[in-house]
Amino acid sequence: MSAADSAKLDMQQFIELESSKSMLKFITCGSVDDGKSTLIGRLLYDSQLLYDDQLEELKRDSKGRASVEEEIDFSLLVDGLAAEREQGITIDVAYRFFSTTRRKFIVADTPGHEQYTRNMATGASTAEAAVLLIDARLGVSTQTRRHAYILSLVGVKHILLAVNKIDLKDYSQELFEDICTDFDEFAGELGFKSVCAIPISALKGDNITTLSERMPWYRGMPLLTYLEELDPQRDDSFQFRFPVQRVTRPDLDFRGYAGTLAGGEIAVGDEIMVAASLKRSRVKSIVTMDGDLPAASKGDAVTVTLEDEIDISMGDVLHRPGEPLERSNQFQAHLIWMHEDPMLPERSYLMKIGTQMTSVQVTDLKYAIDINTSRHMPATKVDLNGIAVCNFASAQAIAFDAYKENPETGAFILIDRINNNTVGAGMIDFGLHRGQNLSWQSFEINRESRARMKHQKPAVIWFTGLSASGKSTIADILEQRLAAQNRHTYLLDGDNFRHGLNKDLGFTDADRVENIRRVAEVARLMADSGLIVMTAFISPFRRERRMAKEIVGDIDFVEVFVDTPLEICEARDPKGMYARARRGEIPNFTGISSAYEPPERADIHLDAGDRPAEELADEVLRQLQLD
Amino acid sequence: MSTASHIHLQRLEAESIRILRQVATDFERPVLLYSVGKDSSVLLHLAIKAFYPAKPPFPLLHVDTTFKFKEMIEFRDATAERLGLELVVYTNPEGLAANTNPFTHGSSRYTDIMKTEALRKALDEGKYDAAIGGARRDEEKSRAKERVFSHRSGGHVWDPKNQRPELWSLYNTRINPGESMRVFPLSNWTETDIWAYIYLQDIPMSELYLAKERPVVERDGALFMVDDERFPLNEGEQPEMRSIRFRTLGCYPLTAAIESTASTLAEVIIEMRSTHSSERSGRLIDKDQAASMEKKKKEGYF
Repeated sequence: MSAADSAKLDMQQFIELESSKSMLKFITCGSVDDGKSTLIGRLLYDSQLLYDDQLEELKRDSKGRASVEEEIDFSLLVDGLAAEREQGITIDVAYRFFSTTRRKFIVADTPGHEQYTRNMATGASTAEAAVLLIDARLGVSTQTRRHAYILSLVGVKHILLAVNKIDLKDYSQELFEDICTDFDEFAGELGFKSVCAIPISALKGDNITTLSERMPWYRGMPLLTYLEELDPQRDDSFQFRFPVQRVTRPDLDFRGYAGTLAGGEIAVGDEIMVAASLKRSRVKSIVTMDGDLPAASKGDAVTVTLEDEIDISMGDVLHRPGEPLERSNQFQAHLIWMHEDPMLPERSYLMKIGTQMTSVQVTDLKYAIDINTSRHMPATKVDLNGIAVCNFASAQAIAFDAYKENPETGAFILIDRINNNTVGAGMIDFGLHRGQNLSWQSFEINRESRARMKHQKPAVIWFTGLSASGKSTIADILEQRLAAQNRHTYLLDGDNFRHGLNKDLGFTDADRVENIRRVAEVARLMADSGLIVMTAFISPFRRERRMAKEIVGDIDFVEVFVDTPLEICEARDPKGMYARARRGEIPNFTGISSAYEPPERADIHLDAGDRPAEELADEVLRQLQLD
Repeated sequence: MSTASHIHLQRLEAESIRILRQVATDFERPVLLYSVGKDSSVLLHLAIKAFYPAKPPFPLLHVDTTFKFKEMIEFRDATAERLGLELVVYTNPEGLAANTNPFTHGSSRYTDIMKTEALRKALDEGKYDAAIGGARRDEEKSRAKERVFSHRSGGHVWDPKNQRPELWSLYNTRINPGESMRVFPLSNWTETDIWAYIYLQDIPMSELYLAKERPVVERDGALFMVDDERFPLNEGEQPEMRSIRFRTLGCYPLTAAIESTASTLAEVIIEMRSTHSSERSGRLIDKDQAASMEKKKKEGYF
């Protein structure tokens, strides 16, 4: 047998071994100095995942560290960033990998310091189990309660209570049992499916990979064996959920919906329903590059085609007809706040849930939770690392499940509109106004009926362009043309906004965003009443225009870019603004001292130049194709 | 994957596909950084799968330092051709004009100019708002804390202390004008996963990963391939033919080879399993200081 042949044989064994492995994601948490990093470093070391050069670097770095007397400081393996190595503490979530012959592990190492609670929630959100460290010398601490509460809130079901540094307490069985009792006392009501306590010394390696001779009284498993054998089954719902991530249309003959199953399973021929439109069809095929599949189940990333041509787009969720998601624009959720700027109830945030995105606002901050005591407290805002229960209202109705039924369809994040930071994480408890769909339909006079009376399809026509580019003039002529066709219209521009509704706003970044937000909200209301609405604002930033489009929602939104070169605008300068901006008298003047971001794909692009406004208005009218 | 038994690879594949689809849906001008290596090859393979039967809706970008192995360039062009994808090749024009090379400028300045700065310029010039890369968290310590969607402020600056929390698989893809995102769909893969997947999926790879007689010189115990006449030989130094292969592919003067007779993928994987040094040990830039990678990343290196 040649070397290549024998390698092939070994290879097959290797692949078989690799493929029989399952994967477990777990989180480690505990207070500062409980020894988390040391434990993970020990697991990496004992599972022989370290290469010689890494070991050498580790020994080199361990020198001069006062914290250990041993040759190797295992915590150096996991404390990655320079800043935290200097401070000697972990400051962010780090993901570590190791593997045994039975299982592949992904470990989220999260900080214990109080101010970094958000990182723990982050690590817990993808974890199937948690290793919760307790310093044997200190016993159950406030931090332990806090961490256990967060794990329970985020839905981690399996807890390994690692009572560490037991070597410093003479391997005392009595102490270990006292700690277990203390933990059980408060963790009983947290809803964990399993709790397993193990006395360990991460530093010395007791009860990590093998049972320690120094604790003959301990009759359980070593820590690693527990992690290898744990069955991470959650008792989630098995209902089919398919959030559509993308519509795939390579050619006219193929229309598929790409996404990852968020629950249950589906087979070719099964009947499905679209959560928003309640339209039905059947699964025609389940497409992957490796060939069509007869069925797919939770976690599979596939492309589904349907028997019928029904309108489905990104953000829609498919389910089985008898197993609907809740659908509402109001719901109650637990919220974890993750940003220095506190959550304020009246503020509008972007909400991402599955593949759906909408605007959301807290309508009722019911109470905050003191996670050290689980007590409810009244609150008017939620600060960084705070946890609260709130009622929310979203701009568009969303399809969801309760988080405890299915975390994939019940979890959401909140995003700040201005700096786009992820500021909050939410877990939906239940929908409010369960009769939502019915009561909406019970409005006798709705957008459709109002529009029917006006014999027109409402729309928002959003003009954008430099100052003096001709937006208002063109919109004005367009409005005359539409009126001549008996269409009902309204033109919103700077004059009727800045002097009225928005007279409290200045020109700071926040005020400019708020200005556009209000314009968009008013435009939406007016279009909802059946009007064709035109807006004429410079709206220089893409992100504001994107926000406007999101607010306008399912009403037709037509972005018209009045593309007039700066020189022409400046030459017109009807109010002398450009001249003043050139002299430095107006800060942040678009085109001079502040950027204008042209649309990359405007719905209508007017190559304006010196063309007369009448001609441009006619071009818009032509391209609108209103009937 | 066809067989249901490859549980964890299947999970990893599905996760990567979801991420790739997310990029394509949420960004206006994404680009896939194709570096020709094994991770890039897996990344590209996953991208083809993610959008099948359509083609990936983004081009490939290769930052060519002009010192890549000749075989890499051939493989790169053949791959783009085979898959029918647009390939954008970028070389830093100022660096090229100044004849920047690792021999006279030193590896660190050369890397700054021809890789880090070149990448920034390539992304700026292409107006790309999302750059998809094949980095893995298991590669190196500072990468272990990297997000899947890693936000970069204007100037491609990475602030490790101010990263967005990333929960569940709800990726926050929102950016402001001038900012960009680096996206790492292979974050949760390990080197072993990559090799096993390449084998199971039969993904085409550059021959440089397989052992072959190649002209090398030995310096400080490291083997370097003399890929062309630009490699300055020391006095009395004579390239000799030795059977070598590479564990990572980069610029040939900076990428050490290992002596090996593993001439098939199966043999390489078996050999890898009994090896005792990490794959990045063949890369010279990591050795300067413990936190060097983090420093490089802050400056925009991938």
